[in-house]
Amino acid sequence: MMTTGTKLRSAAAAMTLVLGGAVGWSAIGHAADAASADGTIKIVESWTRATPAGAQVAGGYLKITNSGSQPDRLIGGTLTIAGKVEVHEMSMTDGVMKMRPLEQGLEIKPGETVEFKPGGYHLMFIGLTAPVKTGDKPQGTLVFQRAGSLDVTFDAMAMGTMPAGHTHN
Amino acid sequence: MLRTIRICTWALVALLAGAVVLATSGVRMPWLGSHELPLAAAIGGPFELASTNGGTVSSSSLKGKPFAVFFGYTFCPDVCPTTLLDLSLVIKQLGPAADQMNYVFVSVDPGRDSIEQLKLYLSSFDPHIIGATGSEAALADMARKYRAIYEKVANKDGYTINHTASVYLMDADGRFHGTLGYQEKPDVVVAKLKRLMAGA
Ligand SMILES: [Cu+2]
Repeated sequence: MMTTGTKLRSAAAAMTLVLGGAVGWSAIGHAADAASADGTIKIVESWTRATPAGAQVAGGYLKITNSGSQPDRLIGGTLTIAGKVEVHEMSMTDGVMKMRPLEQGLEIKPGETVEFKPGGYHLMFIGLTAPVKTGDKPQGTLVFQRAGSLDVTFDAMAMGTMPAGHTHN
Repeated sequence: MLRTIRICTWALVALLAGAVVLATSGVRMPWLGSHELPLAAAIGGPFELASTNGGTVSSSSLKGKPFAVFFGYTFCPDVCPTTLLDLSLVIKQLGPAADQMNYVFVSVDPGRDSIEQLKLYLSSFDPHIIGATGSEAALADMARKYRAIYEKVANKDGYTINHTASVYLMDADGRFHGTLGYQEKPDVVVAKLKRLMAGA
């Protein structure tokens, strides 16, 4: 797990990085980790992105670890600044972008860590009541079938931010 | 079908028939790289859509300058804003040279993207980028001409739209020149756009 201190950068610095066409997110001032009451589900590095004017949607990204002995299932969530939260899958195949809601949620197997990131699994925040600005920390919950509900805070990064380790094509 | 089977009793004829079936049934031909016809053959063509600059933007209004055109929609959390941002950064990098071509973002979601919504959304990006949209029929027609995938998929309480995310580069006569891939390196994109504008 990354420590907050070592990689802390201001939102302004992150913005410059992105505008400079450089890499992206690396646990920059990241929000507190979250764990379920029974300790089986842990969420780290939860972040989102600033949205263009008038955007109705934003993507939510994070890492979910199931350290329990049973499979669990992310079935939904809430966000204070969105009408609803869906679990989505996105793919890019032969230059075609496909996105679909996972209506049954997403199973997290025991011992598994699933990363939600741009271009793959993401939380879809739908019906934004306000645009997301860089540096915002929108809050919400994620609901798991077994572990119940967890409070999660998302760090809003600059538009175009990519997860650490991401490379351009 | 039955008829073919009967013919197949004659080995020689069967061979011939097989050759004909292969040649006419649209079997994938690996040397073409995909099931589509060879590229430049027919990518692009006439279109006319409503524009965020007022009035319409069309294949004829764009004639005389090269243009970049791509499909997307604002109800898209990732790929579309990232493409618009990347393009905005490249336009900035081009400086005054950027004026020698046009940039068109076509929303394939007229149900949610009015011209007003597109205008608002694009205010977050470089002002060179023109927003455009039209009826589903007009969009389907354009997508077909551009060999782009455009499919609306219904789900429990709404829909999503699968679409080609590449940026098409068209020359001053509206002919296909090439594409930009999603998240292609900015320097490569700048070089490609310069080549397009030089008419090379
Ligand atoms: Cu989505």
